[in-house]
Amino acid sequence: MTSIGTGYDLSASTYSPDGRIFQVEYAGKAVENSGTVIGLRVKDGIVLAVEKLVHSKLLVPEANKRIQSIDRHIGMATAGLLADGRHLASRARDEAQNLRDRFKEPPTLKAITDRLSLYVQAYTLYSSVRPFGISSILGTVDKTGPVLYVVEPSGIFYGYHGAAIGKGRQIAKTELEKLKLADLTTREAVIEAARMYGVRSHISRLKFLLLTRIYLVHEDVKDKEFELEMSWIGPETQGRHLSVPKELKDEAEKKARESVEQFDD
Amino acid sequence: MDHFPTNWGKPRDEAVDVYSTYPLHSRPRNQVDTFAEGVQHTQQPIVTGTSVLAIKYKDGVMMAADTLASYGSLARFKDISRLHPVGDYTVIGAGGDMSDFQHIQGILDDLIVEEFNEADGNALGPSEIFEVMSQVMYARRSKFNPLWNSLLIGGFKDGKSFLAYVDLLGTTYQSPSIATGYGAYIAIPLLRKVVDGREKDVTEEQARHILEECMKVLYYRDARSLNKYQIAKITKDGIEITDGLSSKTEWAFAESIRGYGAQNQ
Repeated sequence: MTSIGTGYDLSASTYSPDGRIFQVEYAGKAVENSGTVIGLRVKDGIVLAVEKLVHSKLLVPEANKRIQSIDRHIGMATAGLLADGRHLASRARDEAQNLRDRFKEPPTLKAITDRLSLYVQAYTLYSSVRPFGISSILGTVDKTGPVLYVVEPSGIFYGYHGAAIGKGRQIAKTELEKLKLADLTTREAVIEAARMYGVRSHISRLKFLLLTRIYLVHEDVKDKEFELEMSWIGPETQGRHLSVPKELKDEAEKKARESVEQFDD
Repeated sequence: MDHFPTNWGKPRDEAVDVYSTYPLHSRPRNQVDTFAEGVQHTQQPIVTGTSVLAIKYKDGVMMAADTLASYGSLARFKDISRLHPVGDYTVIGAGGDMSDFQHIQGILDDLIVEEFNEADGNALGPSEIFEVMSQVMYARRSKFNPLWNSLLIGGFKDGKSFLAYVDLLGTTYQSPSIATGYGAYIAIPLLRKVVDGREKDVTEEQARHILEECMKVLYYRDARSLNKYQIAKITKDGIEITDGLSSKTEWAFAESIRGYGAQNQ
């Protein structure tokens, strides 16, 4: 952290001498500390999945959702500051409704993400505001077919076949690359998405075992409990963005556990 | 709240505005709308639809309307759908000004998307849609700028049928059988004879039959009607709108009507 103490990281409206904007990079750190979020764009649909870290046993199960609907056919999952995610979703809904009112048809995700990224980018320009502490995965099946975008704190956005953001993104990306995404059905993608979190929790358990030998009583290292949140858009949802039904989610989680146990043997 | 004291309508005060620094452009402007005299409210409908019929029956609600949008007495558009699904449980049928109806469709579609985005497991049913529409219609008539329609709102949710009427004045009522426009004079007695008091017994066939019968009578007697109509059925299985129906009619008698057929008497 050579940037600290140089004074160039105090404002998003000041470049460092080598042309970086540290506040935007710090926003990226806020994303990296968050539970993993993945998005899969497959043959006939989209699956979004969030690993929601449960910081207290007192929380109501399934509270604080991190997957939100932007329009009937558009979903958004965020990694980073939860409240920033809510605000950006609300902005995205406004954009979607404006487009819908103007063109009298369901808006394309391209049109919404275009404008949403401009909004995010505007928060990297002024000293009076802080950049968004989130990356968001937006998915839809619109008239152009299945589409997946990731909007980063800098305001940049890319289209993807499979996307992963947050803490476990590296492992998740490696796993995603192994899949033939263009051939999967949405239903198969749900299973794969859940399996990915199985793999992740497996690896962190290994890490935990290693670490506990060194830091015997270091509570912080213990992998926190997490809830799996999943939504999908595909033929089975009539093109709507809905959370994955409980039966399918349970089946997917069961399969994920099985594959992890195989790993253990 | 306007925080510029100079805009409060008092003379400039040395105590708060010593150097007269408040910008001129934020001084109170001419509050009279220059175009106020040019603003006109709807005085009459332009492109109109005629009657809508609807009844409750054993399994839900059935609604019928022809597909004509007239321009005065000219049969201008012959393929206009006047039955519009709103969400998964409701159909709204409209007579009167068709551009106002399209505006209403926009309002309701926005509303449905807003509610969908909440993703809280609740959905708007026909009674809620009706409540919204009655408020909208009454608010508009109170601005002396009514939406020039008579609307039927029918639906089926949680095992209950719902059927209600609201018009350009904001007048509302509910009944097991309702008809708007010309149908209010001609179809209501026919519908009441079959439906009222027996709405739990009327079968789908009987319901369809009486609506078809009424559509035929209306085609004979209503000079703004068309022999091409739709029937919407809202039951526990959802909304089903049947397209391209027509009645078998017999016009041989017309030959003998003076002023209608060939003038040979």
